[in-house]
Amino acid sequence: MDYKTVLTTCPYCGCGCNFYLEVLDGKILAPIPCKTSPTNEGKLCIKGWNAHEFIQSPNRLTGPLVRKNGELVAVSWDEALDYTVSRLKEIKDSHGGDSIAFFSSAKVTNEENYLLQKFARAGIGTNSVDHCARL
Amino acid sequence: MIKTVQERVKALLDSGEIAGFLGLKEAGGHIGPHLFTPEENGLDGLVLGDWKGPGDARYTLNKQLIHLARAYPDETFGVLVRGCDERGLKSLYVWNQLSPEKVVPVGIACPPELAKACECSKPYPDALVAGEKGEGCAQETLKQVEALGLADRFGYWQKEFDRCIKCYGCRDVCPMCFCKECSLEDPDLVNTGDVPPDNPTFHLTRAVHMAGRCIDCGLCNEVCPVGIPLRTLYKKVADIIDEEFGYRTGQAADEKSPLNILAGAS
Ligand code: SF4
Ligand code: SF4
Ligand code: SF4
Repeated sequence: MDYKTVLTTCPYCGCGCNFYLEVLDGKILAPIPCKTSPTNEGKLCIKGWNAHEFIQSPNRLTGPLVRKNGELVAVSWDEALDYTVSRLKEIKDSHGGDSIAFFSSAKVTNEENYLLQKFARAGIGTNSVDHCARL
Repeated sequence: MIKTVQERVKALLDSGEIAGFLGLKEAGGHIGPHLFTPEENGLDGLVLGDWKGPGDARYTLNKQLIHLARAYPDETFGVLVRGCDERGLKSLYVWNQLSPEKVVPVGIACPPELAKACECSKPYPDALVAGEKGEGCAQETLKQVEALGLADRFGYWQKEFDRCIKCYGCRDVCPMCFCKECSLEDPDLVNTGDVPPDNPTFHLTRAVHMAGRCIDCGLCNEVCPVGIPLRTLYKKVADIIDEEFGYRTGQAADEKSPLNILAGAS
């Protein structure tokens, strides 16, 4: 029997609510909102209450996929990145930077978000930058 | 108080009477649930759930106990209980969610300050290990709401329910919510997938479902991000069940709830 309660931070938005993940024999059962967290004081929103679900979901992406002949195919990171770079270049050259939008995340650091918007604005030439917490 | 509890838990673990003790642990500046096991060697960080005030870092340990008991039905576990948690245990025995032979409650009494804030009928468990048995408190908040006329009372509740963000936290935290299929996810009863929830249907659906179930621990009230006084609502439901059937949830471990008799549960 291996029962753990692991204190962590909700991955959904930028608030940073804390909860314990109840883990029994390697399987996550549920979040338990942390009462001593100054951020959420033992409360969560519906996203936090279900934050554990994607972790063990069979539908979770665990590596890059590229659509080839209409089918999603697992590829290496190198191949995925090369493909992305070449397509971004093509689209920018033929339709301009404003035809591209970037989608960042509230789950990453400020610095990573800074880098992404810098790349979008200075590298590609678009102001269309948004993030997942606007879901 | 903590010393007495530590000694009791240590004795239980050392004797092999329990496979683990579900209690609270302070680590890294936070207090949360923790399973103390014999392999862990010691009870470092064991606390009783008092942080800035008495009982403000209580958790729904019975809910976690159900998870453990379902996975390890042959093991016996110790669990930290207050008066309300013991009411919960008794009721969970009645509903066949836990087996009394497999649970060793380690009880602590709540101080008068907490009993008053909870307006608790019995702020200590029978399985008392540490603390002083305090007096039960009168239901002042409920009386105040009941003193309102019908229209005002309905208005009061509608205004409260209007703030609901439909997080389902009240259900998710509740140690007495163990149904496989939840009526709050039944599209015939609730506008599933939409916010805001129907007012007052959503809340009354839950209130009715807590009849004969709610053991008045107040954890739903504490978890509600918008501060809806859910506990007051469920206290009223409990009073109705008492008036109609002479049944108080969690008072006796061998008395079936009138509703589980009606539902034909064995
Ligand atoms: S409901 Fe009663 S037993 Fe439970 S925490 Fe409040 S005072 Fe203590
Ligand atoms: S007070 Fe709330 S959390 Fe506690 S048993 Fe009743 S409904 Fe459940
Ligand atoms: S915890 Fe409060 S906000 Fe969340 S669903 Fe329950 S009543 Fe609504």
